[in-house]
Amino acid sequence: MSVNYGSKRLVVGAHYGTRDWLAQRVTAALMALFTVLLLAQVIFSKGPVGYTQWAGIFSSQWMKVLTFTVIIALAYHVWVGMRDIWMDYVKPVWLRLSLEVFTIVWLVACAGWAIQVLWRF
Amino acid sequence: MTELASKQRAKRPEFRNINAFKDLTTYRMTPAAWVSILHRASGAIMFILLPFVIWMFDTSISSEISFEKFKAAFNIGMLGLPGFIWKLVALALIWAYLHHFIAGLRHLYMDATHRLSNEFGKSTALVTLALSILLTLVLGAKLFGLY
Repeated sequence: MSVNYGSKRLVVGAHYGTRDWLAQRVTAALMALFTVLLLAQVIFSKGPVGYTQWAGIFSSQWMKVLTFTVIIALAYHVWVGMRDIWMDYVKPVWLRLSLEVFTIVWLVACAGWAIQVLWRF
Repeated sequence: MTELASKQRAKRPEFRNINAFKDLTTYRMTPAAWVSILHRASGAIMFILLPFVIWMFDTSISSEISFEKFKAAFNIGMLGLPGFIWKLVALALIWAYLHHFIAGLRHLYMDATHRLSNEFGKSTALVTLALSILLTLVLGAKLFGLY
């Protein structure tokens, strides 16, 4: 078997826990880039930022698609993080499962709302 | 492994079943430990406040009328709470985002370069704490109209 630990670890295949670890970092990098991009557009817009400038940033289709991707990335990232918190501090299985289900419902609901807003205006 | 095992080391106190009130209050945390627990806390805060974030996105972007409602929530108030309370909630989110962002970059850098010395961990942890608080103060002053 090939080396499957440390920096040489195989990141595709059966995973053994690496998938969520890697997904959390990839989604983090994507969201960080999006943050910088959004900040740049706010900072370098001409004049004070009113409704027209703010809505204008999200008006193009490519920005909507990118924001959509970031919303999905955020939901996955938060799922991994919140599951880590529940796994560390909540021991009774019934409570942990309940909180994990709550987390998924919360995140899917929030993502749905945000995506609806994105294509509504 | 053998080197570590062969060295004679002073007995360190061993903690099992840590009591939140008796043990944690006497536990001296390093800067890196503070960054670590605050990374988790800031993430949890943003998870809880996520509907508020999306409400802000919704009202600020949907129409000019909703944009005015968005501004009024922070200037006048909303749901029976005065505007400054909502500004404080926004400020909490600003801190949480800044801390989570900077600590996250620190994580990514360490993961990518395997730089895991004590000195590096301590200095970058102090930078993370200082920078996130400093930027929160600067943006908070702007939010409350001090400049």
